[in-house]
Amino acid sequence: MLDLSVTKFVKSKLVEPIKHFFVQIGELSFFAGRFFKEVFTPPFEFKELLRQCYQMGNRSLVLVGVTGFIIGLVMTLQSRPTLIQFGAVSWMPNMTGISIVREIGPVITALICAGRIASGIGAELGSMRVTEQIDAMEVSGTNPFKYLVVTRILATTLMLPLLVVFGDLIALYGSALVENLKGDVSFQLYFNTVFDALSFGDVVPATIKSFFFGFVIGLVGCYKGYYSKKGTAGVGLAANTAVVMASLLVFVVDFIAVFVSDIFYEL
Amino acid sequence: MTNEQITYKNENYPYQSEDTDKRKTVILIRDVYKSFGDNHVLNGFHMKLHEGENLVVMGKSGSGKSVMIKCLVGLMSPDRGYIEVMGKEIANLDRQTLDELRSDIGFLFQGSALYDSMTVRQNLEFPMRRHKEKLGVVQDTTPLVLEALENVGLAHTMDLMPAELSGGMKRRIALARTLILKPKIILYDEPTSGLDPITSKEIIELMRSIQKKYGTSSLIITHDVDCARVISERMILLVDGINYAEGSYAELSASKDPKVEAFFKK
Repeated sequence: MLDLSVTKFVKSKLVEPIKHFFVQIGELSFFAGRFFKEVFTPPFEFKELLRQCYQMGNRSLVLVGVTGFIIGLVMTLQSRPTLIQFGAVSWMPNMTGISIVREIGPVITALICAGRIASGIGAELGSMRVTEQIDAMEVSGTNPFKYLVVTRILATTLMLPLLVVFGDLIALYGSALVENLKGDVSFQLYFNTVFDALSFGDVVPATIKSFFFGFVIGLVGCYKGYYSKKGTAGVGLAANTAVVMASLLVFVVDFIAVFVSDIFYEL
Repeated sequence: MTNEQITYKNENYPYQSEDTDKRKTVILIRDVYKSFGDNHVLNGFHMKLHEGENLVVMGKSGSGKSVMIKCLVGLMSPDRGYIEVMGKEIANLDRQTLDELRSDIGFLFQGSALYDSMTVRQNLEFPMRRHKEKLGVVQDTTPLVLEALENVGLAHTMDLMPAELSGGMKRRIALARTLILKPKIILYDEPTSGLDPITSKEIIELMRSIQKKYGTSSLIITHDVDCARVISERMILLVDGINYAEGSYAELSASKDPKVEAFFKK
């Protein structure tokens, strides 16, 4: 009797979640495979792609800008006392510049977009699935995967690097503002120091990984929404799990990107 | 009408009714099975729809009516069986041919399925994107959109969003959207569900007038007896995944078979 309940417990709490995890990974891989198959075959939905780029890019600007500004501001305020203690406050632009461009800017922007965009896509497609709008599209002769999924994944892939650059610049501005007010460093001197400190190896890998962040955010949002089930409750679930899964994958991609770029540094 | 005129499938399975209708068959379903896990929804369903005919398929909720209609347009695949629409076997069609065939089939969804993010006009224009050759549309789609909206008496709603429309209006707009490609067959999935009796009557009248005007063949999936009475030429009762009984409304409503009777009890 006890053995049976232990087996049941292990099955429900361990085996099933692991099985579910691998099923999700498999389905997501198939979904990504279908994206690559459909993205290169006509007809191309340029108009919808532009609309999605506008929706995702333009409408995320304020959020990314405000967050970037506060991150730059807080980071400088927090690091200043320690750097002063070690007599290294003049290294502030170098430190903030490199950390924002290489890591903090892309990751924070990606996490914000995972919250805003992935959940938005998940909820939108989920509600379209539940209300049979996707079926209606299919019946009308339009490939819904191409129209809804391909355009959204492409839009996030293209827009995220631009949002990262924008977020980085605003974050640096926030940092420069603190330095200007507290340390009498002019904006020109601050930005000159930052750009002198940054190298090709700082900017390029960060930009490349931003494309991948955008891709996984779009992919997960679309996957969760497109296969949403269980009525309106499923829509909420799709939005919620899209954020969790996208955020998790952003960190996984970041880890891989840092690992790969380190190999190149060592060569 | 006598019960002998009704054809029952339950006792003499597999049953194949003698087709006395001389009109061309536009939809043929033969021996279709579909299951979801242990839930066997369709268990060898047969059906024929003739050109210009109004056929009603009635069944309880969850009896597989919507599954059957979705199999017809390739939204679902049956586990086994044969489905032919306008002489083409659905299972053998490639994506392009299926899309071309779909332009001849209008589908009115249960919940209207209007695209939330588009205006009424954009909703109607959407199906035209891939079928411009068929329609001969060049630049201006307005006359076609207007004609479809006038058919359902809602020409003034062109620039409204679906959220601004009532349930009945949404259903009419959805009907206008199915008409825009001038289909030869219209599939109605519960056309009156969720509507008040007056709006339901209006929708039924609209369906009749469309059938008269365009001579379309209609397959109506419903559990609304009033709708079936007004619109059907022939009816099929779907019970336990099979066509349990088949006949005209008058024949079926006079039946003493308990399962058939259950549909017509007020």
